Amino acid sequence: MASGYNAKEEDGHRAGAAGPGESASRSRKPDNTAFKQQRLPAWQPILTAGTVLPAFFIIGLIFIPIGIGLYVTSNNIREFEIDYTGTDPSSPCYNCSQTYSWNSTTLCTCTLTFSLNQPFEGNVFMYYGLSNFYQNHRRYVKSRDDSQLNGDLSSLKSPSKECEPYHTNEKPIAPCGAIANSMFNDTLELFYIDPNETRTPIPLMKKGIAWWTDKHVKFRNPGGSNANLTAVFQGTTKPVNWRKPVYELDSDPENNGFINEDLIVWMRTAALPTFRKLYRIIQKKNNMTPTLPRGNYTLEVTYNYPVHSFEGRKRMILSTISWMGGKNPFLGIAYMTVGSICFVLGVVLLFIHHKYGNRNNSSDIPS
Amino acid sequence: MLVPWRGFWNPRSKAPGQEEERHVKANDRDYNERFTYADNHIKTAKYTFYTFLPINLFEQFQRFANAYFLVLLILQLIPEISSLSWFTTIVPLVLVLTITAVKDATDDYFRHKSDQQVNTRQSQVLIKGKIQKEKWMNVRVGDIIKLENNQFVAADVLLLSSSEPYGLCYIETAELDGETNLKVRQALTVTSDLGADVAKLADFNGEVVCEPPNNKLDKFIGTLYWKDNKYSLDNEKMLLRGCMLRNTEWCFGMVIFAGLQTKLMQNCGRTKFKRTSIDRLMNTLVLWIFGFLICMGIILAIGNTIWEQRVGRNFWAYLLWDELLSSAVFSGFLTFWSYIIILNTVVPISLYVSVEVLRLGHSYFINWDRKMYYSRKDTPAEARTTTLNEELGQVEFIFSDKTGTLTQNIMVFSKCSINGNTYGENMLPIIFIDSQKTPCVDFSFNPLMDRKFRFHDSSLVEAIKLEEPLVQEFFRLLALCHTVMPEERSEGELVYQAQSPDEGALVTAARNFGFVFRARTPETITLYEMGQPVTYQLLAILDFNNVRKRMSVIVRNPKGQLKLYSKGADTIIFDRLEPANEELMYTTSEHLNEFAGEGLRTLALAYKDLDEDMFDEWMKKLLFASAALENREERLGALYEEVEQGLMLLGATAIEDKLQEGVPETISCLTLANIKIWVLTGDKLETAMNIGYSCNMLRDDMNEVFIISSHTMLEVQQELKNAKERIMGPSRERFSSSQDVGKTDMYASDSVFEETIIAECALIINGHSLAHALEADLEQILLDVACLCKTVICCRVTPLQKAQVVELVKRHKRAVTLAIGDGANDVSMIKTAHIGVGISGQEGMQAVLASDYSFAQFRYLQRLLLVHGRWSYHRMCNFLCYFFYKNFAFTLVHFWFGFLCGFSAQTVYDQWFITLFNIVYTSLPVLAMGVFDQDVNEQYSLRYPNLYRPGQLNLLFNKRKFFTCTLQGVCTSFILFFIPYGAFLCAVRDDGSHISDQQSFAVTIATSLVIVVSVQIGLDTNYWTAVNHFFIWGSLAVYFAILFAMNSDGIFRIFPSQFPFVGTARNALNQKSVWLVILLTTVVCIMPVVAMRFLKTDLHPTQTDKASIRIKITNLRRVRRTSSRRSAYAFAHQQGYGELITSGKNMKVHTSSTSAVPSSSPGRTHSSGNWIENMLKKRGAVEAEETMDSGVTEHIRADERSEDSLETLYTH
Repeated sequence: MASGYNAKEEDGHRAGAAGPGESASRSRKPDNTAFKQQRLPAWQPILTAGTVLPAFFIIGLIFIPIGIGLYVTSNNIREFEIDYTGTDPSSPCYNCSQTYSWNSTTLCTCTLTFSLNQPFEGNVFMYYGLSNFYQNHRRYVKSRDDSQLNGDLSSLKSPSKECEPYHTNEKPIAPCGAIANSMFNDTLELFYIDPNETRTPIPLMKKGIAWWTDKHVKFRNPGGSNANLTAVFQGTTKPVNWRKPVYELDSDPENNGFINEDLIVWMRTAALPTFRKLYRIIQKKNNMTPTLPRGNYTLEVTYNYPVHSFEGRKRMILSTISWMGGKNPFLGIAYMTVGSICFVLGVVLLFIHHKYGNRNNSSDIPS
Repeated sequence: MLVPWRGFWNPRSKAPGQEEERHVKANDRDYNERFTYADNHIKTAKYTFYTFLPINLFEQFQRFANAYFLVLLILQLIPEISSLSWFTTIVPLVLVLTITAVKDATDDYFRHKSDQQVNTRQSQVLIKGKIQKEKWMNVRVGDIIKLENNQFVAADVLLLSSSEPYGLCYIETAELDGETNLKVRQALTVTSDLGADVAKLADFNGEVVCEPPNNKLDKFIGTLYWKDNKYSLDNEKMLLRGCMLRNTEWCFGMVIFAGLQTKLMQNCGRTKFKRTSIDRLMNTLVLWIFGFLICMGIILAIGNTIWEQRVGRNFWAYLLWDELLSSAVFSGFLTFWSYIIILNTVVPISLYVSVEVLRLGHSYFINWDRKMYYSRKDTPAEARTTTLNEELGQVEFIFSDKTGTLTQNIMVFSKCSINGNTYGENMLPIIFIDSQKTPCVDFSFNPLMDRKFRFHDSSLVEAIKLEEPLVQEFFRLLALCHTVMPEERSEGELVYQAQSPDEGALVTAARNFGFVFRARTPETITLYEMGQPVTYQLLAILDFNNVRKRMSVIVRNPKGQLKLYSKGADTIIFDRLEPANEELMYTTSEHLNEFAGEGLRTLALAYKDLDEDMFDEWMKKLLFASAALENREERLGALYEEVEQGLMLLGATAIEDKLQEGVPETISCLTLANIKIWVLTGDKLETAMNIGYSCNMLRDDMNEVFIISSHTMLEVQQELKNAKERIMGPSRERFSSSQDVGKTDMYASDSVFEETIIAECALIINGHSLAHALEADLEQILLDVACLCKTVICCRVTPLQKAQVVELVKRHKRAVTLAIGDGANDVSMIKTAHIGVGISGQEGMQAVLASDYSFAQFRYLQRLLLVHGRWSYHRMCNFLCYFFYKNFAFTLVHFWFGFLCGFSAQTVYDQWFITLFNIVYTSLPVLAMGVFDQDVNEQYSLRYPNLYRPGQLNLLFNKRKFFTCTLQGVCTSFILFFIPYGAFLCAVRDDGSHISDQQSFAVTIATSLVIVVSVQIGLDTNYWTAVNHFFIWGSLAVYFAILFAMNSDGIFRIFPSQFPFVGTARNALNQKSVWLVILLTTVVCIMPVVAMRFLKTDLHPTQTDKASIRIKITNLRRVRRTSSRRSAYAFAHQQGYGELITSGKNMKVHTSSTSAVPSSSPGRTHSSGNWIENMLKKRGAVEAEETMDSGVTEHIRADERSEDSLETLYTH
């Protein structure tokens, strides 16, 4: 306020009184409403022993069973994990990991054998796992163009500047950006080895690994679903590290171009530097035979993806799932721990309240 | 407002070429325009329509917080640094700026409107020989304007002529100095001859040479040159802007100062910007947070440097840096800025705006409070400042004016001493007469009596009727010697316009006793003496002033005798008496002591017969002196002194100063709240002490009442030292003994009770001593003594000293001070104290205009502090705690994420979430809590003044609290991050596809965060009104609504690059495991808090906790209570009285205990008895409830009033 002066005050009317005639007739007595008199009806909860202690017990009693349930469910899930990075000289992939670079033209393959001690039932999910890979790095995360991936034609020809330095390589890159450029491109194949040493390839489903919304909303090929991809992508170039242009990722038109599910899965960047991404689905055959019976398997890896430089790790994971997802002991244990702590805390509080509290609560407020 | 804006705009700023002397020629605009005097246009508004935006934005960006966010915004535009989109900052910033701008614009709009209203008022200006209607703003210096009755004076005007004889005119100056009485102004005789003759006035071409514009309201020096003559001008001929013309049909005046140069405008300084201690603490904390932010930035930047060196450079295949950026150190440097941007939300951008909104709300609650509305004056309480509310909950010292604040400023003529005889009954019986409706003196013999007047001693009427000459002379004096203006609206219906209420009371008394002051002209006074009209010639008025402390009139009575009548302060009058009066003087001064002892205001009256020759000579000297230009007042003073010698004493009057309703109760209640009340009054020692006794601030059972009234520095020092030693000595003993009593004698509540009364001292210091004591050497000891005493009364203090005392306490005690007063003399004190309260009462508006809060009655102070102040403080503290907690919990998640994303300044949340979290998802519930929360309802706040203690001790929000709540925030953020981290480490969806992607992670953490902070606000809310429910549930609903909207296909199709989260909410939140994570996070964040709070209230309940539990219990048992009320009440009564009566302590008390208003009590025993009784009543009521609620009365008394137990309660 610039100055204490106010014309109304000069007038001799106290601020608030309207006109000379009006102020006389209308009383300035404040309205008697619950709101203005701060008498709004209200609920006044207080933390008393009667409410707090039962809360602790109830939480304990709810959390412990949940925890046990989660833990048991998690334990019932079959999961198999194999590291095929090949850092160890004894590993079959050692050679591939040492010689490989993005630019090499020859394919390097390696074969790992493993055995499953227990049969895997129901649908089995095949993941690749990467460690020490910072998909959550800011420069990496923002290096994409969602408009381009959504099939916007202008973005296709002139990708967003966020994609730098994978923006243009003489021609605009499609899909642009560091994420797409570093797409995981190992090929994993699984064979079952019969007791009589015959290798049966296990059918791996390529589709259905991405979120529905991603596949149908977020990612779209330019020019609509039925367009000729080769023609549409004319005038763009493939990402630097890719071997094939985006329109040759798959022969199935429903899984090619930007809606290729491997691309979609890769483009959904992981939150943490160690992550797994769904690679293939092994569908259950029938209820009688397990999807993956007990026995020996070989994993054939076409080793394209270099992780050696940053001490990354590559894994292949086979897993079944339950209502709560994959194997995840953390939640179960956490629930059991928190539940127990709450329960114990409840007991301790009850003890303290009984022993020391209460006496003071006889409302001895000095007047 | 972090840094209050102090602009360069100043109405008082003057051009460098200062005006030294003003020349104004009447009716000559051309001449006057040469000087570029200000015109009468007033502008208080800051902006115009076009300049609003630039100036307002400029002002706003001068505030630290806004500037900070502007810098952030600029940082965000640098692509290498930008870790957040620009809109995350700009949306809140624009919102904050808009809210402030709207507020500023509204304020300015009203200023424009009021300016407009003032500027367009009509006034009648003499232009070109004709009187024309002109707007105020078009009035120029030198114009002659016509004013009519009840009109405001448009500018500072030299009075030329008026409708009244002798060029007299009457004005009311309430807006200038706050005095509501009429003042007389008189034109020069030469100009008053101009009359209403427009032609003559148009020809008037006098030139005024006078002082330059200044802000002295009571001084004006100038000279009028007209027709080769020179006339001196003084303040008596000036009508100042802001005055109102009264009792005068019309008058003409010549404009001397206009517009901003008028004395009124020169006086309205910029209101000093007061800030609360929480404001200051908040600023410190924001700086700390800022430091903390930089520390975090540095840690993460170092982390980034190390990461780039160890890991990042191996990763270049994926993250290709530009070559320029490939240095790890440089990358760390950029990361620092990126993190500053990301983590900026720890510095809460909306904090200042939200705090202002809260305070505004609290102010409205004060304005709306019906219990602070005074119906007799139709005055509601008013919060004139909206920035101080929470400080009302922390007041430790109250400085109160006496007149008009503690007292009603209604003066009643209650006693007199005439020629050695006292009239008027002893006070004590009067109360009973009043209450028992015994008849008052019958004044029916007098048709002109004032019906409201009461007097209870008929012997005085008898004396009048017997025509005792001295008694007649006594009342004649009262009827003649004053400056009251009579107004006779209809025959016999007299209304007096008195300069001071004392004077009014005296004249009214004379009127009722048959000496009716009926009319006055400048040269005559007409009385109706016992029904007969008598006209006295008024020869001179020797007026009051502060030094003279007396006034006299010289009159010639119809018989031709010259008489001087004088009234004044007893000491002054006694010094000027004829030696023959000694005996009478002795008796009279005894009477005076008696009157003063009863708390009455006294005046001594004297007269003198004057000798004709001597008077003529004196009159000549007087005329000569009054024409003098220099030292006029000194010369006049000396002349007055000369004639006021050898007076004959007539007697003395005693006027009762009525206490306001509920003052003693309020004071004892505030004392129980541990608020120290100091009375600073201009009255004399005896009066002040007596008011002290009648308000229970002083009591007979007090240990010691130290009166310090020395005149030299050394004496004052000695007295203070003595006092200090006396207090320190016994108080130590007493401390131990009172503890003993507390332990052993648990049932004898009365002895505990007495201990606290006895452990009290009082300090009374007068103005002389105070002047010495306030000097640098003594102020410390003064303060020590004063703070050891329960009651401090400073009497005979000047307005400046009032301010100095407040300043002293403010400087040394670090306590919140509140000054309350009603008059112009309290303004300095009101402005100095942390909080100024004005009583919108009798003496006009001056104090109210300077105050921060105003209401009509002192007793509302109790409600303002104990209810509104307490609530405001409580709400504000809770609000701040929660606000800091929330921001830390929200922001620090990024910090933890930094360790897992290569310190790359990647955000955890969606950018839109960051944008909206503070302003949409979480702002309203906390605002609702800040506005509506009540920890304890108002009845309990008033009943247990102890609940006020946490505010004074600063317990609810301090640095420790801040650390606790930020630590809670840090822990919450830790849990919020690491539980989802653990769960997402290897999680997949129930259809096997991945869920541990960044977006799902973001949605999970964000949802957990919103739920956790909502639960937390639920825990912090003590008072769930419908609004709270609506806002809390609404915020959650809005969160989910916006989340799904932003993750929907539709919005993605429109802006694919702005809303990349399409489908995430659907895919993440349909997973049971995600909900399990959210539930787990919420429980882990909340349960420890619940456990801690429960333990705290269970083991170390604060007073507030106890009270709220009590309320709960009371509510539960309400039904039972009503049924047993009667008997329990009786029980409590019995107990309280029985012990008192048996101990015999209250025998004297008992007889007078029916009086409701102890104000007029003569004896100290009486007052203290009353006090005890009040206390007992109060306690009785509490005990009654106690018995009903819990049935444990003894227990309560053990703790009651024992200070140390209180201490322990709060230190835990």
